[in-house]
Amino acid sequence: MSTEAASGMLTYRDAVREAMCEAMRADERVFLMGEDVGRYGGGFGVSKGMLAEFGPERIRDTPLSESAFTGAGIGAALNGMRPIVEIMTVNFSLLALDQIMNNAATLRHMSGGQFEIPLVIRMCTGGGRQLAAQHSHSLEGWYAHIPGIKVLVPATIADARGMLAPALADPNPVLIFEHGSLYNTQGELPSPPPAVDIEHAAVVRAGEDVTLIAYGGMLARTIEAAELLAAHDVGAEVVDLRVLRPLDDAGFLSSARRTHRAVVVDEGWRSGSLAAEVSARITEQAFYDLDAPVERVCGAEVPTPYAAHLEQAATPQAATIAAAALRTVGRDG
Amino acid sequence: MTATPPAFTPPAEPVPAHGVDLLRDMLRIRRFEETCAELYSATKIHGFLHLYIGEEAVATGTLRALGPDDAIVATYREHGHALLRGVGAEALMAEMFGRSGGCCRGRGGSMHVFDAATRFYGGNAIVAGGLPIAVGLALADRMLGRDRVTACFFGEGAMAEGEFHESLNLAALWKLPVLFLCENNHYAMGSALELTESETNLTLKAASYEVPAWSVDGMDVVAVEREARRAVLAIRGGGGPVFLECQTYRFRAHSMYDPDLYRDRAEVAEWKEQHDPIDLLAARLRAQDMLDDATLERIEAEIAAELEAAVAFAEASELEPVEDLARDVYAGDGA
Ligand SMILES: Cc1ncc(C[n+]2csc(CCOP(=O)(O)OP(=O)(O)O)c2C)c(N)n1
Repeated sequence: MSTEAASGMLTYRDAVREAMCEAMRADERVFLMGEDVGRYGGGFGVSKGMLAEFGPERIRDTPLSESAFTGAGIGAALNGMRPIVEIMTVNFSLLALDQIMNNAATLRHMSGGQFEIPLVIRMCTGGGRQLAAQHSHSLEGWYAHIPGIKVLVPATIADARGMLAPALADPNPVLIFEHGSLYNTQGELPSPPPAVDIEHAAVVRAGEDVTLIAYGGMLARTIEAAELLAAHDVGAEVVDLRVLRPLDDAGFLSSARRTHRAVVVDEGWRSGSLAAEVSARITEQAFYDLDAPVERVCGAEVPTPYAAHLEQAATPQAATIAAAALRTVGRDG
Repeated sequence: MTATPPAFTPPAEPVPAHGVDLLRDMLRIRRFEETCAELYSATKIHGFLHLYIGEEAVATGTLRALGPDDAIVATYREHGHALLRGVGAEALMAEMFGRSGGCCRGRGGSMHVFDAATRFYGGNAIVAGGLPIAVGLALADRMLGRDRVTACFFGEGAMAEGEFHESLNLAALWKLPVLFLCENNHYAMGSALELTESETNLTLKAASYEVPAWSVDGMDVVAVEREARRAVLAIRGGGGPVFLECQTYRFRAHSMYDPDLYRDRAEVAEWKEQHDPIDLLAARLRAQDMLDDATLERIEAEIAAELEAAVAFAEASELEPVEDLARDVYAGDGA
């Protein structure tokens, strides 16, 4: 298996690939299907080398037919297989939205519990690469709106490596969103890699003064903001949501109750966003513990522009996150 | 998997009088894109960049068959189409640079070129996303009693999408004036046609919707123009849509991100050496005494000057002010 990381280290891309290889070695029912996952090695190089090990029956190149191959994944999952469907990017997943929403998410309930869809759908999400408005959006918040599916957002190498196994073991359809800016990030993992859960948010940095809540591609930037805040003597606790549906309320509420302040960071558009949901839950359940209104730092409400400076302006940055946190402690950024 | 060059008979017909213009058009596309590739390496152009090099005869021949009132819908591999349609090299290059002088003020970039003045409706980076739009443009023309054609370009990969089938059916059912132009370069990213289509005779698919459909050697610009004119004539006559498959080949990788590991080197070399549409036309022009070295040098010099000016314009063009980020999300947001 090819790894592009330095020795002892692995990239996020390697971590996803290793997780898929491990699952396929362990369970004959697992197979990978999607556009250019085989010969090309995956649109983002995630499945590179897997065709050689597993062959074309289990590493299935599909035509450009998102609705059909996602629907086929649902059918195969209904009928005894454990498919991993790769959709190149979340913008293209909209061509398969009907299958995800009207079939994958509904069949169990609508059939009175007779059917099970143990399907994993992976896709790339997010901006930052100057790909403009048809390749850059963060629509995982939309998917988190849908009952009947689970939504995972691995932000770390450990989660990229660890989330797939429990997702495949889950009897529900699970969507995994991989932020495009993360594939080349590197990290070290113990061997064997630690098991992870797909239920809980995680505190990834401790702090006393304000809780910063983020996920996916925004986590690293939020940690950066916490470092900026440390220079202002503000201790920021950072919570990685990890799972957008079902949301782990206790995971972020306990931190917000302790720090009495919260900032929610979301690359998605502000209106009707995942950040709106998290913010509402904090005000519903921890209102009397708060010392300041909940702040949100979200993507600007525009189709993502191509030009670098405009794309940056449209996306939450460490400085804007830190400024929002400073407002919650009554100081100006 | 191999993509053998099409078995079309060698062109017997003479090159028409405007043959040198066809050559100039193809050279403009090729040199523009070679410049873009260099500028990409120099990090002046970013994001995804899909080059059309090798496929120039398709846009060149087909656009000649259209009039100024006709509409065009293209894909993310559309620089050549935009350039020949009349989107100036300066506005196009500035768009690639992400500057305010670009035809989309830097919001679109390489994959999303739009130009209302020339009825150029994208630049669409969702595979097959343009086909339904072309159907709608044609529907409006029909309903408003205008004699216009909408030319819709797409790769053969798009034919696996539902939108292809839905659009062909609708256009045929309503007899809409759409020219469906399949640019069959034999690969959709890394997937050869044989791996993605159960029926590789693409004209049969279109014909099954009662759409007249035929193929042309897409490396022979003269033949492409001839067949495109024939198709446009049929459409203007009220005969409904036509499907024209242009068999071609991309000489470069899918995009600048693609290491191009799925094609046989010999296959790529054969297409480049024996089927380069520019070389083929130049040879025929010389054989007919329509081209000499001096003429070719003059054309190249004119194109070089045009591109130099375009790059200078793009370099000098301002960045869009950040305060204008949300401009044009809704009507009335304009400056
Ligand atoms: C709906 C959708 N799915 C996937 C992609 C990713 N993608 C971009 S181009 C491409 C190949 C398209 O091939 P084809 O239609 O033959 O056109 P070509 O690139 O060869 O000109 C793919 C898979 C996309 N842009 N849109």
